[in-house]
Amino acid sequence: MGDPVTATTEAPATPTAGPKTEAVPAISLSGVTKTFHSGRETITAVGHLDLDIEAGEFFSLLGPSGCGKTTTMRMIAGFEEPTTGVVRLDGDDVTDVAPNHRDVNMVFQSYALFPHLSVAENVAFGLKRKKVKAAEIKRRIDEMLELVELGGHGKRKPSQLSGGQRQRVALARALVNQPRALLLDEPLAALDLKLRQAMQIELKRIQRDIGITFVYVTHDQGEALTMSDRIAVMNGGYVEQLGTPAEIYEHPATRFVAGFIGTSNLLTGTAANPTSDGAEVRLDCGQHVLIGQRLTEGERADLTVRPEKITISTDAPDAGLSRVRGTVTDTVYLGSSTHYTVRLDDGTEIVVYQQNARDLSATDVTTGRGSEVWLSWRPSHSYLLSDSPQGGPHRA
Amino acid sequence: MRRKLTPYLLALPGWAWLALFFIVPIAGMVSLSLTSGNIITGFHQTFNIGNYTEALNLYSEQLFRSLFYGLSATLIAIAIGYPAAYWIAFKAGKHKSTYLLLLLLPFFVSFVLRTISWKFTLSDQGIVLGTLKNIGLLPTDFAVLNTAPAVVLGLAYNFLPFMVLPIYAVLERMDHRVVEAAHDLYASRLQAFLRVVLPISLPGVFAGGLMTFIPTTADYVNATVLGGPETTMIGSIIQTQYLVNNDYPIAAAITFVLMAVLLIGIFSYARALGTERVMEVQAK
Ligand SMILES: Nc1ncnc2c1ncn2[C@@H]1O[C@H](COP(=O)(O)OP(=O)(O)OP(=O)(O)O)[C@@H](O)[C@H]1O
Ligand SMILES: [Mg+2]
Repeated sequence: MGDPVTATTEAPATPTAGPKTEAVPAISLSGVTKTFHSGRETITAVGHLDLDIEAGEFFSLLGPSGCGKTTTMRMIAGFEEPTTGVVRLDGDDVTDVAPNHRDVNMVFQSYALFPHLSVAENVAFGLKRKKVKAAEIKRRIDEMLELVELGGHGKRKPSQLSGGQRQRVALARALVNQPRALLLDEPLAALDLKLRQAMQIELKRIQRDIGITFVYVTHDQGEALTMSDRIAVMNGGYVEQLGTPAEIYEHPATRFVAGFIGTSNLLTGTAANPTSDGAEVRLDCGQHVLIGQRLTEGERADLTVRPEKITISTDAPDAGLSRVRGTVTDTVYLGSSTHYTVRLDDGTEIVVYQQNARDLSATDVTTGRGSEVWLSWRPSHSYLLSDSPQGGPHRA
Repeated sequence: MRRKLTPYLLALPGWAWLALFFIVPIAGMVSLSLTSGNIITGFHQTFNIGNYTEALNLYSEQLFRSLFYGLSATLIAIAIGYPAAYWIAFKAGKHKSTYLLLLLLPFFVSFVLRTISWKFTLSDQGIVLGTLKNIGLLPTDFAVLNTAPAVVLGLAYNFLPFMVLPIYAVLERMDHRVVEAAHDLYASRLQAFLRVVLPISLPGVFAGGLMTFIPTTADYVNATVLGGPETTMIGSIIQTQYLVNNDYPIAAAITFVLMAVLLIGIFSYARALGTERVMEVQAK
């Protein structure tokens, strides 16, 4: 990603280098679980987490509602105590340290601004508790309000601000303390699409400029893909996959990730004719596809291929490609691209995104609804999926 | 045009109500407070300011006592009511309504009956003092009844819900995440309370204070039932002048003196707390 880093003493680890760098992780969770008891019921909010978040990284927790993202974040901030496991900040065990003694700050989903204080007083709150000198506080507030583009609004009350402005006050209130890490719990969820997109760029810019570790909770996959250095995809209290946006999008590890991130086609079959660098997979519809991963003869295989990796054609494709025949059941013309739905013999539907490099306005009978077509993709573009989360024990 | 008139039309019943049951009686009382005469010969309008000077001269002691008792009762009600409201709003979890109901339950009983039951509870040989005296923890001549503390405690007890409910309402409505935000921004529990919870709940304390201070200052039941000759409050004087002595002009004059004093008190109180800030948070 090559972030232009400024104004920090510690150089952020190169995110793409993965977690195996020498530096101590800014945030580290090992063996963390969290269960809640309500009445006789026991709720497992976080099943088993091992996470290392590097300094200066933009790290996202992505997953559906109720998967334990907020709980994870609250354990890092200190509002929840893990049932088991250890939380470390810069290598120090902080599992039993109260939130007010942890050098991380949180941006709440609801912002939680202090309604009785002005914008400037809100931003000054943390600095005052840390007994920073008044002149220094004033300087830093001005600087911070400038950074979030709220220069002239210091005297206003939160109730006199728009949603986006409140969001930026919440951000400024946390950032001004120069914490080791900033925790953001779906900070943009309450904003409309346009403002959200603007704020995404803004947040990313701020994170680059000041080089603080961001832990970002979201259930919006687009947001996570565009902003993050690395993403942990969570489901049911476990991390399903951890990786860069490209890794997660291109090589989804589990069924869940393939389904949750973007659109993907799911094919099931049985392995046949394994070789040293791949195998055939005999699909349930009777056709064969190729895969570049090792399999043993007769093994059940779920594989996925992204819609944009598939080529649609009327002529038979090269034998070195994975290829299947099917019938076009639906086409959606979107200008720059066309989305096709193709049905195989056994009813499996495959979605194909095709760039409209040709002019389709004249005649497109060849790939119109009802036509028989070939679909093909490179064997390396399909991936085997596993069922269970990598990190923890199997869970339905 | 019709649009513009609509709000006024809608407010009409309210205005009519106020005019009929507030402005008219007040005007009547003002006029009554300036008359001379007695119940047998009748009262004649003489614009007799003397009623006011007489009221102030004769009863300023009871007036100041009432203000003092009212203020003390209000402070005690805050001291008891705030923690109670805080506890119910923040710690009672899903049993909030149960605790609120428990708190309000005694107040389903008539005000006078409740006060009388206090009289039994606090009587010299009653269940509390009698027991303590029997086991020798208190001297035999110890008494609570007929003393200022008895009256003040009675007042504080009787008006407690008026303190608890407004405070509870603000605490309940407040976004509890702001407390976490305060902790997140390095505030200790005490600092989070003093810098965040307390200021946000001030409108509730303000409302509760008014709703307790005004009726306790004007009350006469507690002083009559729980107090003695030394603890007479201004409410008792008004009641006696009206119903026993039938000296309506004096009674009306005392009433207005009390009202004026309360209004002055309230305005200085509002200024001290900063109404503007209080109202602003409330409007949010
Ligand atoms: N205080 C609590 N008491 C009981 N159960 C809880 C508590 N907090 C969270 N849970 C449960 O733990 C699970 C995870 O909750 P969490 O808030 O972490 O989800 P989330 O991933 O943040 O979801 P969302 O995207 O909806 O915010 C949920 O099933 C939730 O009901
Ligand atoms: Mg959440």
